[in-house]
This record gives sequence, C-alpha cells and structure tokens, in this order.
Amino acid sequence: MENQLYELTVYVNDKAVRGKVRAEKTLLDFLREHNFTEVKKGCDNGDCGACTVIMDGLAALSCSTTALQAEGRRVYTVKSLGSWEKLHPLQEAFVKHEAVQCGFCSPGFLMTAKALLDNNPMPSRNEIRDAISGNLCRCTGYVKIVDAIEDAASAIEEVSREA
Amino acid sequence: MEKQNFNIIGTRADGCDEKDKVLGNVVYAEDYIMPDTLYCKVFRSAKASAMIKKLNIDKAKALDGVSCVLTHEDVPNNESAKNVVGQTTEVGLLEAKQRILATDRVRYYGEPIVVVAAETPELARDALELIEIEYEELPGVFDPEEAMKPDAPKIHGDNNVIANWALRKGDVEKAFAESDVVVEAEYRTPRQEHAHMEPESGLAWVDDMGVINIRYSTQVVEHYRDVAAVLGIPESRVRTIGTIIGGGFGGKEDLTVEVFLALCSWNTKRPVKMAFSREEMGFGRQKRHPYVLRYKTGATKDGKLTAMQAELISDSGAYVMLSPWVLLYSTVHSTGPYFIPNVKVDAYSVLTNNIMTSAFRGFGGMQVAFAYESQMDALAIKLNMDPVELRKKNFFKRGDETANFQSIPSEVMLDEAVEKAVEALGPKSEPSGKNMRVGRGFACSWQSYGRMTYLHDTASSWVGLEMDGSAVVRCGIPDLGGGQRESIRAIAAELLGIPLDEVHVISTDSQVTPLAGTVTATRALFMSGNATKLAAENVREVILEKAADMLETAAEDLDIENKMVYSSRQTDKKVELVKVIRRCAAEGISIQSLDTYKAAFTDEIKTNVIKDPVYNDWTFGTQAVEVEVDTETGKVNVLKHVSVQDVGRAINIKRTEGQMEGGAAQGLGFALMEDYLEVDGVPITWNLTEYLVPTSKDIPDSNSIILESRSGKGPFGAKGIGEPSITAAAPAVANAIRDAVGIKVLHLPATPERVFWELQKKHQS
Repeated sequence: MENQLYELTVYVNDKAVRGKVRAEKTLLDFLREHNFTEVKKGCDNGDCGACTVIMDGLAALSCSTTALQAEGRRVYTVKSLGSWEKLHPLQEAFVKHEAVQCGFCSPGFLMTAKALLDNNPMPSRNEIRDAISGNLCRCTGYVKIVDAIEDAASAIEEVSREA
Repeated sequence: MEKQNFNIIGTRADGCDEKDKVLGNVVYAEDYIMPDTLYCKVFRSAKASAMIKKLNIDKAKALDGVSCVLTHEDVPNNESAKNVVGQTTEVGLLEAKQRILATDRVRYYGEPIVVVAAETPELARDALELIEIEYEELPGVFDPEEAMKPDAPKIHGDNNVIANWALRKGDVEKAFAESDVVVEAEYRTPRQEHAHMEPESGLAWVDDMGVINIRYSTQVVEHYRDVAAVLGIPESRVRTIGTIIGGGFGGKEDLTVEVFLALCSWNTKRPVKMAFSREEMGFGRQKRHPYVLRYKTGATKDGKLTAMQAELISDSGAYVMLSPWVLLYSTVHSTGPYFIPNVKVDAYSVLTNNIMTSAFRGFGGMQVAFAYESQMDALAIKLNMDPVELRKKNFFKRGDETANFQSIPSEVMLDEAVEKAVEALGPKSEPSGKNMRVGRGFACSWQSYGRMTYLHDTASSWVGLEMDGSAVVRCGIPDLGGGQRESIRAIAAELLGIPLDEVHVISTDSQVTPLAGTVTATRALFMSGNATKLAAENVREVILEKAADMLETAAEDLDIENKMVYSSRQTDKKVELVKVIRRCAAEGISIQSLDTYKAAFTDEIKTNVIKDPVYNDWTFGTQAVEVEVDTETGKVNVLKHVSVQDVGRAINIKRTEGQMEGGAAQGLGFALMEDYLEVDGVPITWNLTEYLVPTSKDIPDSNSIILESRSGKGPFGAKGIGEPSITAAAPAVANAIRDAVGIKVLHLPATPERVFWELQKKHQS
C-alpha cells in the first residue's frame, strides 16, 4: 500500500476543510474523520446510498469517491440543509410524513432528494422512485419517503411562486 | 379512574427524535469517539469446517501500533451458549457450546478466531493480514436433511438435531381418510439477511470506577450479563448504554460487538471502537432460518378444515443460538389462524456447517405462513371455492382452542380484515404488454406478540413529575427506530395531561434506566408500554387525590388535560397541575413511581409435544397484492399492496402505518429476491451488490388499513404490530403469481429464473 500523504482542501458546507490523506482514502472516511459523522457508512461499496452528499450540484456516493477527487470542490452534507429553528422543506416533510424510522438512511435520502429537486423541481412519483432507487431503506418500505419528497416539492414550488 | 378520552393516543403526532434524525444530529454507535481510542477488528475463519492446526499471532503482535491481539486463551470464560428450552438432550448445552473465539475447530465460514485492537482501523486491518493460520479441513454438511442422516458428519456431539417440537391433536389419519379433499406439497424458504442499514458498531471504555461501559447498537441492553460472564467479573461492573439503533429486525438481538469491545478494552484499559463491515455482516452474523416444509391439509367438500399434518425442518447453521425458540414459534403457528380439529406436526432444527441462523422479524412465523396460506389457496382451487369464503369458514374465533390447547384470548377480526384487504385492491389493472399477466392474491396470518410465557417476562418503568409540571420517564427499552420511546412518551403524556414535548424519555442504559427487557418479540409496546402506564397511573392517582383534597371533590370525577386538573362534573372546579405538584412537594408526597408489568407466566415446557399455553396473545391480519408477471422473463412486479391489521389500538397512527409498510417491504423481499447463498458453506452473496433487498422501484404504494378491536393485552387494548406486519406478504405474492400464470410457487424467493422455469414446465405439460 502506498504510504505517501497528499494535502488537500475540500469545501464542506461552505467551510474549508484541510487534511493529509493516502491516495485511497475515501471522501466518506475523510468526512467522518473530520467529524461530519452525519454522512453514514452503510456498506462502503456504493450499494446503499447512506453516504450520499452533493458535490458540485449532483448527488455523489462519498464511499465511491476518493477524498482527492473532491480536492478544491464544494461538498454538501445534510447539515447544510436546515437548522433546528428552520428545517428545510424536505426535512419538514420527512418528519411530517414519518419518512424516518431508524433515521440511519435519512441523511443520504435527503441529499439525493435535494439534488433531484434542484434539477427537477416537480418530479412525478415515478421520477422520485427512479431518483431514490440507489438509496436503500430497510424500515419504511419507501412509501412515506416518496410521499415526503412529493410534498416537499409542492411546498418549495409554492414558496417560490409567492416570492 | 382509567382514562377514557384521549388527546395524544391515536393521533399522528411527530416523534421525539425525528427532527434530529433529519438534521443529521443523532450520534449513532459508530459516530461516538473518545480521546485515545483504539480500533478493533476480528480475524475470522476462511473455512466452513476445519481443525485449526497452527495459529501464529507473533507478527501481528509485533506490528507497531497494535495494542492487543487476543485468542481464545485470553478469554476468561470462552463461551456464549445459553441454556435454551427445547434443545434436545442428545446434544445438550455443554456440547453445542458457542465460543467467543474458536479454540481448535471452526464450524462455519466467518467464525471469530482472533480479535485485535490498534491505533487506527488501517493498522488493525494490517494486523489481521499478519496472522498466520493453517487448517486441516473436515468433512462438512450443508443440507439439514443430509445432516439428519445417521452417518452425516457431526457438528457437535452425536446428533445434529438440536431441537424437536411437535403438536398432537385428534387423529389425523382417520380425519384424512374421511376428508373430501386433501392437498399436499413441499415448500422451501430462503436464508434471509436482516440488512439493517447501520452495521453492528460501538465503543467501550473502562471508567474511573473500574466499570466497563459499552455504548453500542443493540436490541438487548441486558447483554451486560453475558459480557460479565465472559470476563468473569460482577454484572454490576459492566454497563451497557444503548444508542438509537439504525435498524435491527432481530439482527442485533444476539451478541454482536459487545464482547469483542469489552475484551480489548479490559486488556488495554483504553477506549476501543469497532464496526462490522457490510461483508462481515454477511458472513459473520446469523440469518433467518431456511425451512423445508411438508404440508398435508384436508377439508370437507363444503370447506371445513378437517386435518393438517406437517413436517418442518430448519437449518440452524453451526450453532444453536435461538433456533429452538424459533422452531417452537413455527410449530405453534404452523396451523395458521384456523381451527383445525386434527393436527400432527413434527418439527426439527438441525445443525449444519452453514452460517448460523437465529432471530429475524417474524421469528419462525413467516416460513409456516408461506406454507399454510399456499395450502389454503390450493384447497380453494380443488374445492372450486372462493378463497375468501374458504378461509372465513375456518378462522379462529375468540375463545377457540389452538393446536397447543391454548384459548385465543382476544378478538379475531379476520373476517373484516380479509374483506377490506381484497376490496382495497380496487379495480384490476390492465397488463402493461402482451407478455404480461396480472394476478391477485392474499394471505391471512397470526403472529404472537410478547415473549413465550414460560420465560416469565417482566418490564419496569419509572415516571416522575418535575416542579414545573413536565415529566421524565426512565425505561430500559431500546429504541429500534419503530418509535419505542415515542410510544411510552405518548402514554405518560396522555395519562398525566401534559404536552408531548414536556415529557422526556431516557431509555436503554443498564445502570440508569429500570430494566424493561429486549426490543424483540413484538414486546416493546406491550411490555414497556404497560409498565409505563402502571407507573404513570400511580403518579396520576397521587395528583388526582391531592387535587380532590384541594378542590373538595371526589378524585373519581377528576381528569388532567393541558396541565390543568379539572372536574368533569363541575366546570368551576379546577386547579393547575403545577399547584398540585407544589402542594405535594410541600407535604413531602412523592410524585414519582417505579412499577413493573408482568406478562402471563406459565411453567417451563417439559415435553417436546406442546400441550400447554405458550403465548400471551396474537395479532391477526391480512395482506393482499396485485402482481404482474412477465411470461418471457419470469420477472414479477408487485403493482399494488394492501395490509389490514387489527393492532388492538394504534398509539400513533403514522408509526403503526410505518410498521405495516416496512414489514410488508421486507416480506416482499423475502418473497421475490432475498436469499443469502452459500456453496458448501462459503458465501457467494457477499454484499448488497449481490444480496438484493427491495429498492423504491420494487415496492408499490401501499395501503395500510388499521383495525382496532381494543382487545389486546398491551396498553389501552393495543396488540403488537412489529412482526405481524411481515408475515403474510410472501404467501400473498405466491398466491397472486398462481392467479396470474397458473404455476405453483413452492420455493421462495420467486426469482425470475424460478418463475421462468416453472412457466416452461407448465408450457411443456
């Protein structure tokens, strides 16, 4: 295994995060080691989507991205969405619809859903199901997650229409 | 003074932790860190059946940054086997002993042999690679029926059959001879993996009082006792602190990481952390038991069941774990929710060199449901009778006697459930192409909630009011994500008349919260809910009596709502809760209560023929599906799904629906795609690329219909729903596939390949 360390800076939730990593270090491990533990390790193999973040506007699996690939780029985790005082409409809808049970997959689902709505503000239920098909949830059976994303899309649309 | 009108119970209230879950604030087991933490990894067997000829850990020990490398010689009491009622005496506890770390023999691929702790996870992994091992392979046995043969290789002792249960009621031979129709078939079910999203993980440290603290993801906080037994230290010196669990489904019921963490932490006196990898979750952890089920069912020409005979064979893998209990469960539930006058069942759980099997949501109820509900549809076809009508003629009624001679203690709302389920499917869908066939099926199930009554289950809870009228509940029950804490919060808030967000629930800490038992067996609401109800009612009674003094009225007339104690008879008689609390404090009256709920207790089962009550009560329900079968590829798509369950009383509607939808999704996975495959004990479905679980594209929009008989033994008449939600999904799918294309589905999962070949066979014949 190559032991050389590379310096890098990743802009996580709009803050510069600097580190020294081996070439094979995943973005997931890099983020978790820098206390972004809201990014979850479910499989470390690109299968479950729990580690999904948004990188340069697109949903990305941080377990299948090396930290060095994120060098100089903007990465957003679920903590960039909303706050205790003001939840993001997606977060609000996930709570309202009980799209959350154990909650372990939720940060990944929320980031996949955010990327979807950023690119397709009013998706159909089928488009929602397509978009989240790379995120696994073992608790809910997905119905309430689809409900929540659909509802959040309407809420965001309504706010932007009023504005 | 039983509270009648509810403000919180039966609503769609938001839970106590969902906001933090969506904000990413929850500190799950793997997220917790302490200064100076070591990382632990397990070296596991690469053979399914072998003697360990040589084990050399010197190079691993010598690696810079490695703190400890432990083998069986370093484990004070190297066993984790428990005496499980139902284990056959031929093997018995002593010979089927499960080791924490293997001594001289390994019996399954993935058996733990060495545990290491190092400064970083990478160094721990490097240390594993430096361990030298030589095996001498032993003949293995990988099929439970092969393992039952006298000359089969023995896994432990002299007999691979480690459990045997039976039912005997009436005379099946005579009844079959007198039956107008008899159907017979052999069914097979898969080895399902729990595939919870959060891997087993945790952190252990020895504190400044010499107590080992283990903060980890577990369904059983009482495992501190097992850890103490392994280390040979007092139980009072092991504290387990449960985390919010990232899913479990029975997968975090047996021992997981706690003993490894404790061993390393005790040896190094440093904090130690570990998490299973997804692959390790596959080959290092127990699964659902695969079953072979041979069923013979008879009926009269007008559709009354006359007799049922079954042989059940389950693959328990290389160790006993909870196999005898799972088998007991299957045996009692093998008749389905039907009154059958003549029953003969023989059930066996058999050791093999396959991956171990143990608890999984459904706990032996799913395998038999696939068989008994497939049999019912086969009978309906043979009798040319509507499958709904056939079932209605045979459903248990309240008070009927089961085949283990136990009276059904609660309402059986299956007539309503099956009608609503079939009706809710709505108009039949049109096929989406010329090779597509649409079909419908449904299945009914029964599933007990609460542990077996001979286990003498209890749960404790503590409720206390604060000076400002808010409240704290302390209850040991872990939160599995199903809203276990939220249910007890709702019960306390309702009874004390205070808003939900002014009640705080502390749970799952073996030295802080009163023990409430495991979050398993669909017992959490039933047991910890009842315990919290008892404790909250005690506090409520104190408040109402003091308020009655203050208002000069009778306590019976008083209720509490929105922190106001008021008389339901005289509207002018009311006093703020806070004022009553202050009066209690001034007079030294305790406004705290610890109480314990006891489930039904019965004697230990002494014979392998089950002739006595075993369960507290049952939940009854129906699931119905519409499927589309592609006759060219064999692919089955589920178009519609309906679940109707009598939950007794829904404490929270959203969460009840969540259980019904989530359980159904796992049941559909079991029906159509999930099987942890091994070839001669070596796994071939390593991770979630190969082991498929349903995605959002596999599960349709589901319709959950909640019935409330209010006849259950849980709080306010509730029954349990965690496990009953999964049971009937698979037979509903099997029956729908038969309806669509006329093939019998006898072997789950009904993969495209299996359905395709069955279609070919049908075409040729």
